[in-house]
Amino acid sequence: MKIIIVDESEIRAAILKEGLREAGFLDVEHIAETHSLLRRIYAIDPDVILIGLENPSRDVLEQMFQVSRAVRRPVAMFVDQADTASIQASVDAGVSAYIVDGLRKERITYILDLCVSRFNAFSKLQSELERAKSDLEERRIIDRAKGILMKTKKLSEDDAYKLMRTAAMRESKKIAEIAQSIITAAELFK
Amino acid sequence: MSAGEPLRIGFIPLVDAAILLVAVDKGFAAAEGLNVELARDVSWSNVRDKLAVGHYDAAHLLAPIAIASTLGLQHAKAPIIATFNLALNGNAITVSPALLFELRRAAEGDLAVPQIGARALAKIVREREARGQEPLTFGMTFPFSVHNYQLRYWMAEGGVEPDEDVRLIVLPPPYMVDSLARGQVDGFCVGAPWNLVARNNGVGEILYLGCEIFRYAPEKTLAFAQAFCDRKPALIEALIRACLKAAEFANAQENRDEVAALLARPDRVGVDAQTIRRVLDGRLPTRGEKGDLANERYLVLGDRASGRPDTRHAIWLYAQMVRWRQAQFSKEELRVAESAFCPQFFDAASSQPQRHVPAGIGAFAGADLASGDLASYLASFAIGAKC
Repeated sequence: MKIIIVDESEIRAAILKEGLREAGFLDVEHIAETHSLLRRIYAIDPDVILIGLENPSRDVLEQMFQVSRAVRRPVAMFVDQADTASIQASVDAGVSAYIVDGLRKERITYILDLCVSRFNAFSKLQSELERAKSDLEERRIIDRAKGILMKTKKLSEDDAYKLMRTAAMRESKKIAEIAQSIITAAELFK
Repeated sequence: MSAGEPLRIGFIPLVDAAILLVAVDKGFAAAEGLNVELARDVSWSNVRDKLAVGHYDAAHLLAPIAIASTLGLQHAKAPIIATFNLALNGNAITVSPALLFELRRAAEGDLAVPQIGARALAKIVREREARGQEPLTFGMTFPFSVHNYQLRYWMAEGGVEPDEDVRLIVLPPPYMVDSLARGQVDGFCVGAPWNLVARNNGVGEILYLGCEIFRYAPEKTLAFAQAFCDRKPALIEALIRACLKAAEFANAQENRDEVAALLARPDRVGVDAQTIRRVLDGRLPTRGEKGDLANERYLVLGDRASGRPDTRHAIWLYAQMVRWRQAQFSKEELRVAESAFCPQFFDAASSQPQRHVPAGIGAFAGADLASGDLASYLASFAIGAKC
């Protein structure tokens, strides 16, 4: 069975591809670039197409349902009308799948479930990465503010930190926010 | 949904979302007790599916999608109701400078007349075929869109069979200009502001405004899932009231700059305010002219006069779907298609008597559907499927 992944994210496509390979689907192609998408799809002639919902080219795929001389065979969205739970799950995960008519339903359901869980795993990874990035950024700001306090108020590193923490508690703000205002103030007074 | 609970509304960044965006950003929705969260989306398929599964409570949607989704045409059946015309018209057909040059050469008469342009196109199509060249390619935004029907109707009047003689491809609106510049398409039909953006970049020339093909065509609707309509009619009426106030504001000349600036924001339409202002005024340069004359029918924002969903428009759209083989005619489907355009919420929200725009589409040529007789309407065209 031939599967195409249309995704601008190389990492997510790789995660998905790996999952499909583990499940025994070896013939998987990734299209990152979306211009002349249909032409490439027709050339590869897949059984299943997977695409992320944040990809504007999803509308391009809708055209495959249309009667036109470019279409060599009918394609239908795989999600069964009655199967609202899987539509919900795929919209939640941000992925959509299109299949060529005639594929057995249980195989498709299996691919979709796999896709949904990989997409969810990817967004979890993504948000952890974001959080790690912002943690690092916060630490950098706190360190800079600490430096300013140590220099201007002649405090030890420990005391500088304690001073910020007390202020944060008093104003019920995050230490990083207090640190940012110290930096801003210091720049204004420069 | 009680007051204050957020109402999530999806939209695609286009100028014809103006009424919805103004209703929210200028506080008209809040004044009706609505807490609206706008979600900028990237594809019509997403908007349709998110509306169907309840991720969105309402959406700025291509009017034909309400019918297609309600009928389950080529996709899962999910009843979607058109409750208010956010906009009529607003599209235009743009071609590459090279194709405009060819059309001028081939035109027997004034190219400004769509009928003459369509015949010129047919001539070019045949010449290309005789020379063994690739067929011309045109972009449009979605299979179930007035853009698609405008292109098809226009070229078919000149004798071009859209499914045989040319290629019609779907492109997301923001990709249109780039595709024309790269030569992947020879022309396109898209909503505002993309025709003007193409022209401003010297990539394309506007050939016809949508309103030169159809005088009044239903373009974008305020759409809800049927289930939502059944459960929360009062919320729909409140949102339409907010939209009517927004329309009064947006249509006042003195507010146009403010509206343009609001739509220009990167989280709204995200195109410069000057371009948007020209679109709102309908000052579009066509066929290489300067275009300082305003056309008030270019983009008609939904208000008291134009906002009421008209079931005759639904019948006309269904006729286009049958003509271009997206639907197979049945009386039952026709009845269901009609029911997807529901004026009851508008009537409840708008207490004052209205001056409606004419119900007829006013196509530049060919039969009209005023009688509602689909069979004789479709039989009158040389090209396309019959009932």
